[in-house]
Amino acid sequence: MNRPPTYEELLSGVSWPDAERELGYEPGGFLNIGWMCSDRICRLGLADKVALCWEDYQGNQKRYTFDDVRVLSNTVARFLCTLDIKPGERVCLFMDRVPELYIGLLGILKTGAVAQPLFSAFGDESLFVRLNDAGTAALITQKKHLPKVRKIRAQLPSLRDVIVADAEDLLLREGEFAFDMEAADRVDSFPVYPTTAESPSILHYTSGTTGQPKGAQHVHYSIISQYLTTKVVLDPHPEDIYWCNADPGWVTGTSYGIIGPWSNAATQVVLDSGFNAERWYQFIEKHRVTVWYSAPTAIRLLMKEGTELARHHDLSSLRHLASVGEPLNAQAVLWSQEAFGKPFHDTFWQTETGCIVVTNFPGMPIKAGSMGRPFPGITATVLNTKTYEPINQPGIAGLIALRPGWPSMIRGYWNNEAGFNKKFKNGWYLCGDRASIDADGYYWFMGRDDDVINTGGHLVGPFEIESALLEHQAVQESAAVAKPDPVNMEVVKAFVTLKPGYKPDADLELEIMNHIRKRLSPLAMPQEIEFVDSLPKTRSGKIVRRILRCREFNEPVGDLSTIMDD
Amino acid sequence: MDELSQVICDYVRREYLEEDDEREIAEDTRLISGGIVDSFSMVSLKRFLEKKYQIQIPDAAATPDAFDTVRSIVALVHQFQKVSAHA
Repeated sequence: MNRPPTYEELLSGVSWPDAERELGYEPGGFLNIGWMCSDRICRLGLADKVALCWEDYQGNQKRYTFDDVRVLSNTVARFLCTLDIKPGERVCLFMDRVPELYIGLLGILKTGAVAQPLFSAFGDESLFVRLNDAGTAALITQKKHLPKVRKIRAQLPSLRDVIVADAEDLLLREGEFAFDMEAADRVDSFPVYPTTAESPSILHYTSGTTGQPKGAQHVHYSIISQYLTTKVVLDPHPEDIYWCNADPGWVTGTSYGIIGPWSNAATQVVLDSGFNAERWYQFIEKHRVTVWYSAPTAIRLLMKEGTELARHHDLSSLRHLASVGEPLNAQAVLWSQEAFGKPFHDTFWQTETGCIVVTNFPGMPIKAGSMGRPFPGITATVLNTKTYEPINQPGIAGLIALRPGWPSMIRGYWNNEAGFNKKFKNGWYLCGDRASIDADGYYWFMGRDDDVINTGGHLVGPFEIESALLEHQAVQESAAVAKPDPVNMEVVKAFVTLKPGYKPDADLELEIMNHIRKRLSPLAMPQEIEFVDSLPKTRSGKIVRRILRCREFNEPVGDLSTIMDD
Repeated sequence: MDELSQVICDYVRREYLEEDDEREIAEDTRLISGGIVDSFSMVSLKRFLEKKYQIQIPDAAATPDAFDTVRSIVALVHQFQKVSAHA
């Protein structure tokens, strides 16, 4: 058919077993994401097809065919084996959006090790927490990020090897190794480790309300979901040029920035640059991008720049647009129709789901502001907050929940079985968000069900921010909550009481902001700090973030009686 | 380089680069699009400028474009210094 299928056609025509057949996977047999995204594509006769066209902010470009990706990922894998990296060991990728990150991930997976991509803007504390929890054995980075690693290395006894991808003439220390992927002897044949469906593949850290970030454990079987959802929702055609804005330090950047597109043999482009609207439009025009997977924060930044700037560029190549990370407001959907001639399709999912679960489809009418409908093969509902039973009436808000068992569902949180078990109630997996379902089956996002802050499409946990605030010598007590923001949806706001002798002023606010930014990350940095005399607490002294958050959002606090007695 | 540009370069170097990062921060160095300062970190740079030069930069003016180079930041500061002077 020439038109995209309708939702009803998808429900009857798309299934996980279809994806298994298309990928040539035999249940119980060999399954390795690295091999599937490179060797398999070459075996389909597409070795010479461009897999990756990379560009940096200065316009420097590199191009890689699928055969290049196959050989270079073998080369990375072989190097890791010379360092005695064993299957199951965690290998962190701590790099900007450079080719070594994309290809290196496949190389790690080919050894049977677990890839642990981390956002390169993380400060040393954020980096330490995640490496320490995972017991990471090796880390691949760039020289610009090496100082952060060196600062914490002595506290990480598991970290045997630090590999620098662009060392050049840098003086390396013991346990540090230079590895130039392009200059190394190419490895045409590598014995890919015989991973199977349930072999661990990727460890993605994600923030929650309580405690430190948790390592969401994915397995190689996740490719079934990522392949099929890419094919159906993002819809890359053989001749398409695909661009996913997301950094592979986050799950979007791996699920839909590496695994999804490459398992579908899509040519993708990557721009290693901070946001600049003019630059982005030039990039789309130059590479004739056809499928664009972006995020509401970026879209709102583009909106701020106006439609006029978009019209100065030939963006006629754009065929299909999608968005991820936070709810896409109706205004942004309508704006993209005006600016690009087509709407962004909102997609809803999270680190723990590994793939898109509720979404707008190419062949389904969009209701601007709606999350869309469940992907075929995903059983979704909204649950009553007290009984955890499905709500069958349209328009009533409840907890978004999924029936466990889709291929890319995480298999656990690293070293945190109790935390993982809390995600399930009454036979349902709880996403941690609230929504309502209308009479047509479309989902409408209502908000988080916990204290996690969703800023720029990334989840930030209040606990790690508050812990870092307490490290500052002036801070007595702290609370971190979400504050509404027109571009990022939410940003972090901190409430702080000071120790005696410290004066609340603009200098101290700036000092504390920079402290958090360097220790944790720019995302976690409070965009505002309010100095207060006291924080709202329960009888037992627990800080009630909900009161502070509701004030920021101008919402009623609701019944606090049970909370205050805690 | 004028004093304002120098102050901004020094602040960016001190706050956004690691100690042994040898990258040069010049007037036309791409700060945002070059990945040195990301859009979330812009707020702390904005606060610094507001405090240092006793100005108010409206959120609408604090765009990634306006903060992308030292030169454009200097222009922004001058713009709002004039606004303050006439207030």
